[in-house]
Amino acid sequence: MGRLFAVVVTVITLLSVSFFVMHTWWMPVDISTTGPAIDHQLEETMTGSGLLFLGGQLLLGLFVWQSSDKNPARKIKIFPGGANPLVAAAIILVGIEILTLTFVGSKAWAAVNLVPAAADSLHIDVQAEQFAFYFRYAGPDGQFGGLHPDKIDDGSGNYFGLDPANDVAARDDVVVGSLVIPVNRPILLTLHSKDVGHSFYVPELRIQQDFVPGIEIPVHFTATQTGKFEIVCTQLCGLGHYNMKAYLQVMSEADYEQWLKGQEGQ
Amino acid sequence: MHETSASHAAHQHTAPTSFIRKHVFSLDHKVIGKQYYDLALVAVFIGMGLSWLMRIHLGWPAWPIPLLDKLSAVGAPGGVMTPEYYLSLMTMHGTIMVFFVLTNAPFSAFGNYFLPIQIGAEDMAFPRFNMMSFWTIFVAFIVMMTAFFVTDGPPIAGWTSYAPLSAVGGDAGPGMRLGQTLWAVSIAIFCISSLLGALNFIATTLDLRTKGMSLARMPLSTWAWFVTAVIALLAFAALLPATILLILDRTAGTSFFIPAGLVLSDKLQPHSGGSPLLWQHLFWFFGHPEVYIAILPSIGIVSHIIPVFARKPLLGPRAAIGCIMATGFLSYMVWGHHMFVSGMSPFSANLFSVPTLFITIPMTILTLLLIGSVYGAKMRFTAASLFCLGFISVFISGGISGFFLAQPSIDIYLHATYFVVAHFHFVMAVASIFGVFAGTYFWFPKMFGRMMNEGLGKLHFWLTFIGVYCVFMPMHYLGLAGNVRRYSAFTDDYLIPLIPVHKFITVAALLTGAAQFIFLFNLIWSRFKGPIASENPWEATTLEWSTTSPPPFDNFGGRHMVVYHGADEYGVQSSDGKDYIMQTSPEKVPAR
Amino acid sequence: MATTTLPPGADIALDDHGSGGPPEIAPRPGHVTGSGSHAQKSETGMWVAVSAIGMSFAAFTSAMIVRQDSSTDWQHFQLPHALYLNTLILLGSSVTLELSRQRIAAIPDAARQASGSAKTLLANGIYWLYLTAALGLIFVLGQILAWRNLAAQGLFLATNPSSSFFYVFTALHAVHLLGGMGGLFYVLRKLVRSGGAAETSGLSAFSIYWHFMDLLWVYLLLLLAIRV
Repeated sequence: MGRLFAVVVTVITLLSVSFFVMHTWWMPVDISTTGPAIDHQLEETMTGSGLLFLGGQLLLGLFVWQSSDKNPARKIKIFPGGANPLVAAAIILVGIEILTLTFVGSKAWAAVNLVPAAADSLHIDVQAEQFAFYFRYAGPDGQFGGLHPDKIDDGSGNYFGLDPANDVAARDDVVVGSLVIPVNRPILLTLHSKDVGHSFYVPELRIQQDFVPGIEIPVHFTATQTGKFEIVCTQLCGLGHYNMKAYLQVMSEADYEQWLKGQEGQ
Repeated sequence: MHETSASHAAHQHTAPTSFIRKHVFSLDHKVIGKQYYDLALVAVFIGMGLSWLMRIHLGWPAWPIPLLDKLSAVGAPGGVMTPEYYLSLMTMHGTIMVFFVLTNAPFSAFGNYFLPIQIGAEDMAFPRFNMMSFWTIFVAFIVMMTAFFVTDGPPIAGWTSYAPLSAVGGDAGPGMRLGQTLWAVSIAIFCISSLLGALNFIATTLDLRTKGMSLARMPLSTWAWFVTAVIALLAFAALLPATILLILDRTAGTSFFIPAGLVLSDKLQPHSGGSPLLWQHLFWFFGHPEVYIAILPSIGIVSHIIPVFARKPLLGPRAAIGCIMATGFLSYMVWGHHMFVSGMSPFSANLFSVPTLFITIPMTILTLLLIGSVYGAKMRFTAASLFCLGFISVFISGGISGFFLAQPSIDIYLHATYFVVAHFHFVMAVASIFGVFAGTYFWFPKMFGRMMNEGLGKLHFWLTFIGVYCVFMPMHYLGLAGNVRRYSAFTDDYLIPLIPVHKFITVAALLTGAAQFIFLFNLIWSRFKGPIASENPWEATTLEWSTTSPPPFDNFGGRHMVVYHGADEYGVQSSDGKDYIMQTSPEKVPAR
Repeated sequence: MATTTLPPGADIALDDHGSGGPPEIAPRPGHVTGSGSHAQKSETGMWVAVSAIGMSFAAFTSAMIVRQDSSTDWQHFQLPHALYLNTLILLGSSVTLELSRQRIAAIPDAARQASGSAKTLLANGIYWLYLTAALGLIFVLGQILAWRNLAAQGLFLATNPSSSFFYVFTALHAVHLLGGMGGLFYVLRKLVRSGGAAETSGLSAFSIYWHFMDLLWVYLLLLLAIRV
């Protein structure tokens, strides 16, 4: 029975590790400037943890295999050195890994969340609601109109609650259902929610940020590849949570300008 | 046997005679422990059933599930689950499992039954509070169950019940009217039950240890229950205020968690100024210690059982106790790691990440001590010991994934994906439950005077051990691919290719779940038909094995136990030719 | 294999810190070793309970601080004057409780309880205890007056976060105090039945609770005075 346990644990371990190593299911290609640091962090952690995982499981299997030896003459043995070497090893090895990962990882985190957005970022306002994302561009005047929740009317497309009649800045705001951006340009999103908590997640950008009702939260990034990607909601927001998404379209600068002109013309 | 001792023992509280006093409103911690266990058993099969429904829907969303429309005609018309009903089942699954199974079985059930016996006491310090704590959790459970049957349905906000979704009331969607309020009331009642229970455990451990039972000589399981009780006392004392404030927001028009200007169901909500993040802070300040409440007792149980079957002492028991205490202490400093992307200050991410990573150290030490305890052993392989060994394996698996999530930069990508689902299921649903299985196979003879069937137990182990890896290991891969959690269906372009993996998981979950009926059958059959158990069938040293199976009303039949040794005198030469010396034996331990 | 007495020469101080020797509590007449003395476990239990209650009020406090600081809608108001008078009343009840405890503790042990002095002490002790209960009740009534005062100013539970927290804190404190009064009557009953044996009446445990309620109230008053 002990031998069977050792074999099963070994098979499970090797099988599991192989799928990780082979990247059978893996992160999509990274398209952001801050992504590589995060990916590197993940790879480092994967390697370190992978070794710990292999080591722990195989050692367990080995000891169980050995302990199932039924020879009556075999004497019970205590782990060499007793508990102290293990305690010391855990503290030193895990401690070193922790410190390394913390120092390296904090840079990756800071690049996303602590470094301020570039001064010339393209500023886009994002609203999350049950169950859609809407995106607002400031328009030719470069000013965002004020938001008035009491004026929200989804039926007429006034998702943000703008008041163009009284608010000059609101008149040229562009509101769309996809996030369209130029490649290689710093983007600053301001996230706010109309109703409950939501979250903004684009796996390729390595960005995830919750929308918190009552607060405006900045998110900034620069996309490095053109293409069409999905923005999905990752904060449970109600029955339509599974379906709540929008597309991120990263275009060349020229294509983006053309698209924007077309929108502003409307 | 001294007569005066017996009459004093009777003075504690007299043995009940009526059926109600013996089996229903009992003051006896052993009966109460069994009642908690039975409640956990009912809850776990309900929770598991809910997970089956969820998994079937995820794999085959359009497939009508037979009889589901009987449970809820609105939630599953024609047997096809609506998205909101999926979320309801998911909410109830998480809530029932975390509260009524994981906080219950390893801690309240086994702790109630065995803590007093392991320290040589006749009962808990406050038997009446003990009885009250069980019936309070029972009421909490009934209130929670009624949420299934209200018109609007059970709540859909998840077991974490984030505001403002959970706080605004019916405008937030189906299930968020009466169902969500019932949820909050049930949890508030649950808090009171847990506080009463924790109080009892602490006072009993401090004050009722028998002669010679110093703190250092207490078995690891008792230590784990004691530390868990301290954690639980403070954690549930923080959850109760949170639920009270939530109930007030929902029913009294206050705005603790609801800011101004929210528009739900086309209605401008009349609240203002509240903070959704406040709910998250309050909840996770409870929520993180809670997961250690779920795992520490199982660690204690496994550490208690392994030496019995390895026939050698636990490696480093002092270090193990220190690690359990360190974990308990650190558990209060890490709650923000659930909130890295929540919108709280990015600086605090680093503040929470460091202790989160540091908590890895005591957990790693404990794991290494357990592995080291197997080294050089002459292992007796029984269902109980197999589940202990399995515990070590799944605890490693679950712990390793935590290492990723503890780092904010990686959590940006993995937060709210199936990677998190894999992590917490491995440590809570699998490892903690393996501790409960081990405890059941080990202590069943003591509790019921009969042995469980070993063949069925081993079969249960193998099917479950392989099964849980098939269910939960693939979830790591899904998470790495960015598969978001709490989705009732997978319609996004990048998720559709992952559906075959989900189907595999569903099949594995159904099969693994089916295997649990072997355990249930074994439990029930052995109660009546199992071979009669002796006083100490496993040749163990601790005090519960110094009394009859099952123990008499006052645990030791009027005897006042005196303890001479710690719990780990295994692998020694005893004077009667055995390889162990019991804690209550005056015999001197020869040098090894 | 268990024995109730130690066989001569038995080595029990093997591997611990020496506490395997004489039990921590000297066995009292009528009490069995290992079952714990009644007073001890009641007091332990009460300290534990008080920690839990303290923790819950700490959680409410942090909720209030976060709520106040995360929004601009907090409207300050004057605390009703009744609260200050109430504080004195509650403090007074702690004094009367201590007076009661002194008298009860001075009652000689079982062997001499039939004496006249014992009866006087018991009667006095119970009198002070009734006074404690009365003061507690007056406090609660005073709190109700304070609430009515606020309501007259248009300050209700949901009016403003400041009033919300005011009502939550004061109501929960009053609820705990009323629970304590239930305990007080339980203690009174046991005192009468046991002829003044404080040890089994739970009086010492009760006073831990009551004095804690007092201190908690002073803390809440300061908190509300500063923040509300």
